[in-house]
Amino acid sequence: MLTLENVRYEQDGFVLAADFSLEPEARVAVIGPSGAGKSTLLALIGGFIAPQRGRVLWQGQDITKNAPSARPVANLFQEGNLFPHLSVYENAALGVNVSLRLSAAENERVMGALERVGLKGYEARKPAQLSGGQASRAALARALCQDKPLLLLDEPFAALGPALRREMLDLVGEIASEHRRAVLMVSHEPRDAKHFAQRVIVVADGVAEAPRETAELFANPPRALKDYLGDG
Amino acid sequence: MARRAVAISKATSAVTAALVLLLVLVPIGAVSLRAGWPEALVVADWAALKFTILQAVLSALFSAALAVPVARALARRQFYGRGALVLLMGAPFILPVIVAVMGLLAVFGQGGFLNEGLSALGLPRVQIYGLHGVVLAHVFFNLPLATRLLLQGWESIPQERFRLAASLGMGPREVMRRLELPMLKERLPAVLLVVFLICLSSFAVALTLGGGPAATTLELAIYQAFHLEFDLGRAALLALVQLALVLGVGLIALQLGRVAGFGAGRGAVRQRWDAGARWLRVQDGLVLGLAVLFIMLPLVMVAVRGAGQVLSLPASAWSAALASVIIALCSTVLCIAAALALASAQGRAAEVIGLLGLAISPLVLGTGLFLLINPYASPQALALPITMLVNALMALPFALRIIAPEYARAEADFGQLADALGLRGLARMRRMIWPQIRASLGFAAGLAAALSMGDLGVIALFADGETATLPLQVYRLMGAYRMEAAAGAALLLVMLSFGLFAVFDWGGRRGADA
Repeated sequence: MLTLENVRYEQDGFVLAADFSLEPEARVAVIGPSGAGKSTLLALIGGFIAPQRGRVLWQGQDITKNAPSARPVANLFQEGNLFPHLSVYENAALGVNVSLRLSAAENERVMGALERVGLKGYEARKPAQLSGGQASRAALARALCQDKPLLLLDEPFAALGPALRREMLDLVGEIASEHRRAVLMVSHEPRDAKHFAQRVIVVADGVAEAPRETAELFANPPRALKDYLGDG
Repeated sequence: MARRAVAISKATSAVTAALVLLLVLVPIGAVSLRAGWPEALVVADWAALKFTILQAVLSALFSAALAVPVARALARRQFYGRGALVLLMGAPFILPVIVAVMGLLAVFGQGGFLNEGLSALGLPRVQIYGLHGVVLAHVFFNLPLATRLLLQGWESIPQERFRLAASLGMGPREVMRRLELPMLKERLPAVLLVVFLICLSSFAVALTLGGGPAATTLELAIYQAFHLEFDLGRAALLALVQLALVLGVGLIALQLGRVAGFGAGRGAVRQRWDAGARWLRVQDGLVLGLAVLFIMLPLVMVAVRGAGQVLSLPASAWSAALASVIIALCSTVLCIAAALALASAQGRAAEVIGLLGLAISPLVLGTGLFLLINPYASPQALALPITMLVNALMALPFALRIIAPEYARAEADFGQLADALGLRGLARMRRMIWPQIRASLGFAAGLAAALSMGDLGVIALFADGETATLPLQVYRLMGAYRMEAAAGAALLLVMLSFGLFAVFDWGGRRGADA
């Protein structure tokens, strides 16, 4: 279980406060107006920025000062998820071992992950030779290889069309439940959030609210969400 | 309406392009006609060709190789004064060559720091004159340039990639291998080529630190054929050889794609997770410290030695300073006007013309102009106007590289709006272009003024005993072993160069909208 305990992050007048826990294996969407701090929330959990106050806990252990690689998270960023000069196989294999010297068993794992995301036969390609959807799949394969219990998605599929994005989210959902992983996904598409997430975190006015049941939240949206959705 | 606005700038830029071409091509024509044919090439000339290439290769290799650790340290460290250090890396570019040479002599020369230290330790003294002195001076000028170019490379690696590396647990080794080496592989060829190209046309460094049969560049050979032997045929032939060499390399550079730009590289530092180890911090600190020492020490030496002398300079130095400032201001106006006109065409042709200026050496142009003028008038009498013209031409490629992208950006951002409002001609320039690009105009004007101020090229070819610019005066004082007066004049020169740059740059930024 991931816990943000009285976390507060400030920079140049920007503030984000968070104080909540995430259930293990939950699928959670993060929504809210742009600039409110959705990506900041993910960066705090991923360890790319440090809060001025509060602690980040994983299974009760304080990980606030842990380096990004020493945290239980795998990241899919908005862009730059693949190294352009490495093949699809190598990109995925980085998730297992950054030296790229893989044992037979590790190699098996990489090939399995690539097959699972539907990229069997594409191992030797470079990212430039992939379509947008295929590149997303390759990045997902890498995250899968990382074998971390929490997957952070910072709108990695934003550039894809609605149908393809839905397809990728379904794939992420399937893989997450097969491997018993939790997913935290930033989205600016309320429909994606409804489709994908069991719970939703609303980020607005400097606060990341505790996750709430998706259906219940949209049926009875709080003020901040109403303003954002624009139907109030 | 849009068509009309474009048509006006097309006409001005076409005229400018034609003038620039004329200015470059006519002297070259004169040189070709006058050149004594190959039997005139003597052994010494072949040696000059070989030396030119050798020193340029070595200078490029050392500059680029040393720039890698410096740029890496700058790219991955955030510290107080980092911005100032990046700025300092830009200083040698506008530093008059003769001043740098004086500073380097004070550190590495006969009576310099290094030799005092060596002989105190009972070690043999080192000699600065010759190949290693020429390469040392070129590294002094081009290490900072290469560092800035590579720093831009580091800044071009997206932040996400460092985050990805951190989340995968990559250490400094893997980051080097997976992020930095691919970038270097892409950028280093262009950096090497730029430094090589710059060093091919080295005149003032070779004049002061080279010389003799073993260390003469083609440019210096042209000067000697001209000045010492007054053999115009041979000077013209050497100029042709130099031209062929530089154009050949320039063409290769064009083939290779964009020659690296000259931007500042002052963007945000990429946050890093792989370089926290103490030994890496110590290593970076050491690298940066040495780099600062290497760049600063010669400048400090000039300042220290010259400080007491400035006020007691001979009158000839003051009149030379005045001449230099006037030349610099006139050539800046010419250069910026030409750059604006060329930039308004927004075409690749303008870029090629700009590059042409980079490839053609002042001595080649000077030789051609001398041949053209000689039958009708005394070239010496025209020394100052010609210096002004050639200086403007020499600064043009840099000015164009700074102004053209900004001009294009202003047109892309506001061109449609201006068209819709019927803003064209001078009004378009005043209301839309000028306010948008004034920061880059100021920067380019500052560069042009400082480059002209410090130029020691064509003037050496033309001047008689009477006329002189300040850099030439410094050189003459050095040649007469009046080292104290030379140090004072050098300090005055560097203050004027940096001062002109600062005034233009400040004027451009002041009131510029972000």
